[in-house]
Amino acid sequence: MNYILESLSQVFGNKPTRPDKSKQPEALKAIYEGKKGKLTKAALEAARHEHKSTCCNKWQRRRWLTLILVNVLFLVSYKFDVQLLEGAMTASRFVGFHFADLNSALQVMLAYKHVVLNLVIGTSTVFVMWLLLGGRTFCSWVCPYHLLSEWAEFLHLWLAKKKIVKNHTFHRKTRSIFYVIFALLALLSGYTVFETISPTGIVSRAIIYGPGLALIWVGFLLLFEVFYSRRAWCRYVCPIGITYAVVGTLSPIRVTYNAVACHHEGDCRKVCLVPHVLDLTIRGAAHGIDQDVIADCTRCGMCVDVCPTDSLNFKIKGLDKFL
Amino acid sequence: MFTKKKKPVLSLKKRQNQRREFIRSSLLAVGVISLSMAGLLPVVRGTSARLRPPGALKTTLDEQEFFAACIKCGQCVQVCPVNAIKLADLDEGVGIGVPYIDAREQACDFSCDGLQCVLACPTGALTHDLDYPADTRMGFARMDNPKTCLAALGQGFKGQVRGPDFKGLLRYDEIDRWSPIAVADHPYDLELCDLCVRQCPIEIRISQCAAQEEERAAAIEAGKQAGKIARVAEQHGNECPPKHAIELQAIESDDGVKRMLPVILDGCVGCGVCEMICPVEDSPSIVVDIDKITDWV
Repeated sequence: MNYILESLSQVFGNKPTRPDKSKQPEALKAIYEGKKGKLTKAALEAARHEHKSTCCNKWQRRRWLTLILVNVLFLVSYKFDVQLLEGAMTASRFVGFHFADLNSALQVMLAYKHVVLNLVIGTSTVFVMWLLLGGRTFCSWVCPYHLLSEWAEFLHLWLAKKKIVKNHTFHRKTRSIFYVIFALLALLSGYTVFETISPTGIVSRAIIYGPGLALIWVGFLLLFEVFYSRRAWCRYVCPIGITYAVVGTLSPIRVTYNAVACHHEGDCRKVCLVPHVLDLTIRGAAHGIDQDVIADCTRCGMCVDVCPTDSLNFKIKGLDKFL
Repeated sequence: MFTKKKKPVLSLKKRQNQRREFIRSSLLAVGVISLSMAGLLPVVRGTSARLRPPGALKTTLDEQEFFAACIKCGQCVQVCPVNAIKLADLDEGVGIGVPYIDAREQACDFSCDGLQCVLACPTGALTHDLDYPADTRMGFARMDNPKTCLAALGQGFKGQVRGPDFKGLLRYDEIDRWSPIAVADHPYDLELCDLCVRQCPIEIRISQCAAQEEERAAAIEAGKQAGKIARVAEQHGNECPPKHAIELQAIESDDGVKRMLPVILDGCVGCGVCEMICPVEDSPSIVVDIDKITDWV
């Protein structure tokens, strides 16, 4: 299985490729066979309990701290004129270096049809940065809407547990359709149409320059996610996610899966923003004993935190042998 | 390997769910796309035109290029020393996050000298084709209501312009060259109101240039008399505005009385300081039109 092709296929909305049984390594089959019917509910509960006593949401804490720090740095740089990170999430200057969000830059290039040097510099810098840091890492570690949406998700899950709300899914290909339509709209209308409704830009500007009417739209999106469809914007609409996922296909920072100890109980899929990337944890669904999670993954680390058997971990491809 | 996969037969419930998901997804696509396209309404209606920061890519009322090139980051907002630049909200549709200036509240007084907003712009939406305030073409001032103009009425002005609560800032060179102060902290006492002329950044720069020129000439003269070559480098040469922007002219009105009236000249760049500083309550006598610029008045 080719990591890049499989990543692109899933990013654009296809289902994960099921492994060819005849090509699965014998060792992996033996692992699957050895676990048949072995796990009782009590044993799983015990494993979860033991796991919870050793750790707790290490990656979530680090991620929230990073996300809040970055967004506060924007605000502080402006309010106290410290000039560390000027601008907003769409484009900024970090200690003087131009940074431009890849999707916003793409929209501007399509609409304006000119590219000035500063934008080339800003876009290249950010491209290289997220290439090294994992692509959709932008979504979960920096995007301010992600954090609001994450809190809305907790509320949604709590209400769903009480059977007050029900989750409605959409087809994941809808996001690809949005991607193409927003690109065409920018190109044909000459306006950056997506920016009008992008909660990433709206929330970022609201944090820095003060709140405005546009937050009503963000509030509506959050309500939609709480009461109708879990994480709908990030999962089915946002083209920024696709842009960074494509960058992430070439990134060395990945979450990697090891099938040896996995109970296949699916706790990771329950917390994941993009659960299709974790289908490989289903019994019989992995292509090898060790397999990397594809690039639609936002590297948020929720699965790493929740996995009771440490079967999911971060890795840096090429460096993991030295660390 | 190449055997065609048989399509699994789905249960009725699964097929029904798939159909529902397809309908939901279509509705989501149509809904989100139409909402985002509703953002085009203000530009289609032409209600989005505003006074924009120096260098904005616009031709009179057509701001398409400016909206397209702007990446909505607000770096221009952050560098402005008088906080003249604001970002538009969702009511301006696709213009959301695009910078504008409300001249009556806070005009651009060029107190940054070097057009910092232009330098800060990462996408060239504020074009780098201009270097100095006099190169700017934001709009063009117009006497909107000469009947209320204090100069035309032969009246002076004493006290705080726009009252004690007015938040607007201006740089007064004679007080602090580097930081602008509140207009409210700088009361005036004028026999004849000439605030729009007196505070015009272009006029202020012209008189500074004239003073420098005089000084230079005097230094050269002094050097000649002392038998030395004067070491006075040419300063600020090319940033001196080539044309006057506004002056008080004596105009004879119908009743035969000569009155002074501000007259806007070809050097006006539309920065809006005259509109901000006009002390006439409610609506200023002088305003900036955004559909005219000095080159094609």
